[in-house]
Amino acid sequence: MHGSRIVIVGASLAGLRAAEALRAAGHRGHLTLVGAENRPPYDRPPLSKEFLTGERTPESICLGPTAHLGLTERYGHPAVHLDTAGREVHLDDGSVLAYDGLVIATGAGPRPWAGPLPATGVHTMRTLEDARALKEALTGARRHLLVAGAGFIGCEVASAARGLGHDVTLVSGEPLPLSGATGDEAAGFLTRLHHDAGVEILTRSTVTAVHGRTRVTGVTVDNATDITTETALLALGARPHTDWLAGSGLRLERGLLTDEYTRALDAHGRPRPDIVAAGDITRFPHPHAPGPISLGHWSNAVEQARCAAHNLLHPRRPTPYRPVASFWSTQYGVRFRAVGLPRYADHAELRELDHEKRRLEVAYYRRGHLVGALTAGRAARVTAYRSELARSLAGIAPLPASS
Amino acid sequence: MKITVDMSLCESHGQCVFAAPEVFSFDEDDHLVHDAEPDDALRAKVVDAVAVCPVRAIGIEG
Repeated sequence: MHGSRIVIVGASLAGLRAAEALRAAGHRGHLTLVGAENRPPYDRPPLSKEFLTGERTPESICLGPTAHLGLTERYGHPAVHLDTAGREVHLDDGSVLAYDGLVIATGAGPRPWAGPLPATGVHTMRTLEDARALKEALTGARRHLLVAGAGFIGCEVASAARGLGHDVTLVSGEPLPLSGATGDEAAGFLTRLHHDAGVEILTRSTVTAVHGRTRVTGVTVDNATDITTETALLALGARPHTDWLAGSGLRLERGLLTDEYTRALDAHGRPRPDIVAAGDITRFPHPHAPGPISLGHWSNAVEQARCAAHNLLHPRRPTPYRPVASFWSTQYGVRFRAVGLPRYADHAELRELDHEKRRLEVAYYRRGHLVGALTAGRAARVTAYRSELARSLAGIAPLPASS
Repeated sequence: MKITVDMSLCESHGQCVFAAPEVFSFDEDDHLVHDAEPDDALRAKVVDAVAVCPVRAIGIEG
């Protein structure tokens, strides 16, 4: 692969980190970075937090510079088709990029709303443009924001909007916000933060209709209750950007499936050594989970991209990708830090819960083995959990690379 | 090797603590503390810590 042509589709954190890793590992050949948005890669985690509150700016979230990487940068032109037999990526302007090696890092977008929507006032949160639009809507006089979906993005935006002095209603499909991702103990702690901050929380509830023609006027919850609102955020989860891969012969199942070595699988489940993938678009096997998993985390994009770059350059001695996942969230000034896979636990153990000091420590187990931990105000304790998870993963032999 | 951490940027995400626990750690108040002049044998880990810092707060001199 050295000296050949490599195309990276997705000018994302994962795409940029793959480019850096390819160059650092000695790839001297052509390297092209393709992005759907008309801008260089930037950091997304601040969009739902510090960007809304004004602590971070578009300049400060830019991931550059890229000049030293010697890239051909193609921004503003999404890939629309992949020809794996001819080894070509087709862009929306008709241009065709031939490759010897391909990195797929097109990420994910907001899960779309199925029904009709008003022309304005309804937001999603994924891109800088999305965040700018919501920030503008939340600038000025006190208003009401309805947040549909209480995952991390929904909860973080609720927190930011309260911080800006707006009234917020948070609609959660789960028994508690984030209970699926973090379990009842952590979700209870977090729900109390929202409650104490004055957020109205509807649990086990779903927004079933959004009203208004030119501008949103309200929503209906569970086909029964109408709520008046001036602004709505639809934070209904992520949908991987796989549309452009339809007809490519790659295996798409709620994401792009890869093997344990970051290689894309074909329709027969065989890995393609010339195509690797990283970031939010991927679903991959993990020893601590029952099936392929998707991790929409910052650190996953970084680590998976590095592993994918190595495996593209060294197809005969690929490195398995089995990360200790790591993610964080900030809400109402409380920093949550988590490692591992709390979502896949069958048992959670509450080690500390102190609402007064805003401290939390939860350990997560699956079949009696530690699979994750989450803390708030107890950062020092995360390190030991992470080490234990790393040791546990190191003790499980990887599947052979030649499967 | 000298290490600088821009504490005005640091948000205590802890990725550096995972990458180089010999150099970076948290105190009881969740503030990052670090060894400003670690042994050169730890360079690879520190370079890793620089790369995984989400706010790019860590610098290496020498």
